[in-house]
Amino acid sequence: MSMAADTTRVERPPAPPKPWTRTRIIGWLLVAFWALAGLGFVIYLYNAWNIDLVQKYGPRYWSGLKTTIVLVGLSLLAGALLSVPVALARLSRNPVVNGIAYAYVYFFRGTPLLAQAFLVYYGIGQFSAELKAIGLWGFFRDAWNCAFFAFTLNTAAYQAEILRGAIQSVPKGQWEGADALGIRRWYTFLRIILPQALIVALRPYGNEIILMIKGSAIVAIITVYDLMGETRRAYSRTFDFQTYLWAAVIYLLIVETLRNIWDLIEKRLTRHLKR
Amino acid sequence: MSFSTRFKLGLATAAIALAMGAAHAEDRMKLKIGTEGAYPPFNNLEADGTLTGFDVDIAKALCDEMKADCEFVTQDWDGIIPALQAGKFDAIIASMSITDERKEKVDFTNKYYNTPPAIVAPKDTDIKGVTKEDLAGKVIGVQGSTTHSNYAEATYTDSDVKLYPTADEYKLDLVNGRLDAVNDDIIVLKEFLATPEGACCKVVGTIKPDPKIHGEGAGIAVRKGETELAEKFNKAIDAIRANGKYKEINDKYFDFDAYGG
Repeated sequence: MSMAADTTRVERPPAPPKPWTRTRIIGWLLVAFWALAGLGFVIYLYNAWNIDLVQKYGPRYWSGLKTTIVLVGLSLLAGALLSVPVALARLSRNPVVNGIAYAYVYFFRGTPLLAQAFLVYYGIGQFSAELKAIGLWGFFRDAWNCAFFAFTLNTAAYQAEILRGAIQSVPKGQWEGADALGIRRWYTFLRIILPQALIVALRPYGNEIILMIKGSAIVAIITVYDLMGETRRAYSRTFDFQTYLWAAVIYLLIVETLRNIWDLIEKRLTRHLKR
Repeated sequence: MSFSTRFKLGLATAAIALAMGAAHAEDRMKLKIGTEGAYPPFNNLEADGTLTGFDVDIAKALCDEMKADCEFVTQDWDGIIPALQAGKFDAIIASMSITDERKEKVDFTNKYYNTPPAIVAPKDTDIKGVTKEDLAGKVIGVQGSTTHSNYAEATYTDSDVKLYPTADEYKLDLVNGRLDAVNDDIIVLKEFLATPEGACCKVVGTIKPDPKIHGEGAGIAVRKGETELAEKFNKAIDAIRANGKYKEINDKYFDFDAYGG
């Protein structure tokens, strides 16, 4: 065995020369361009650094950031809870249940979040007398609650589709195998199907969170001053474009953090698939 | 020889025609006027797409006076100064108050009107006046990025001041009961009170303008350094004040002189 290994040892062939093809040159030029753009951006922010501006609007950005994170975080959680029955309804063979869930998802995925927030806030506002009568006005009077309500309904529709797709992606054989072993269907779903489905759903979920964070920037239109709202307020006072640049940097940092967390979760969840 | 002479002649004729055209164009100055279109009775975009209002009529009168061909462009309030700076239009005639903050970014003409701000609340309100104490604990609606929002945020620190993108939205929220009061120009609010929706509410009182925040009235904004254009507007404002055109427009909208003291 060891003899054979000695005799069959081969020298690694020398690396082939890498010619400067057109694609390679374009690639390098593009990388150089983006590196320069990034450098220019940093230099701009350094030169534009204005301590008065930061002191005056920094705390407002912070409160806006907190609003964004709390609003989006809670909406995503509530949406996740709501998405499970919706996804199950979408999988149901009962045409009525399926139809209702389909219409719900169709509406919320087919219209802009801005329109939904507007409809919930100003549309429901038109019925304040009726809502007072049934005791719901206390909830809908508050702009934050309206934003939370609209965001939850919106993200639940997307999350339901993610969940449904993921559940359907698990091969039918998994169900049949569990049936053959006499495992109850509910238990099969929770312990066999769902864990496999969630691996498939992980990336789309991450996308949905990122989309929600960026989508929430419209919420200032219904007077909830989130990060983007505070940015616009700062801009309207100063007419200084760096207010928007700071907002962009903060959004980027949030998304980058999330991306890294998602990489970690994926590594952990798929460790049995590693070769 | 004949060809080249004719060619030269033709060229000369064309050049003369061009020069005359240019001279003619200079006679009628071409101006693009930016306005918001959501601030009746000053400027409002009607359902059929036409612009109406005091600002618009004044702008047209000024353009006639200056012998200029004016074209209107509507632009959201938040972005109206950046759009002027970016050259989307040459002047803003949109009830823009002349303030020190804005003067750093644009040049202003003299004022073309000056009216006081006011507080409006539902008819059954318990708000007695317009001071900080009177409005403590109340929810006040105001349009964002305006002198009124600056004033409300600086003055009514014990109240919940909510900022709306346009006047239309705070009106909705006043009617449906989310707001205890709104703060805006008296004329804008009176116009609203005259509509069926505005029947809910009344004027609680007017606010004495704070020159530091409210400025010296509404002026026309032009890009920084365009003093020549600003001067032309100033002359035109004086002219329509003198020849009765201003009064004619004023009386169409108001029962007092909006020009102010």
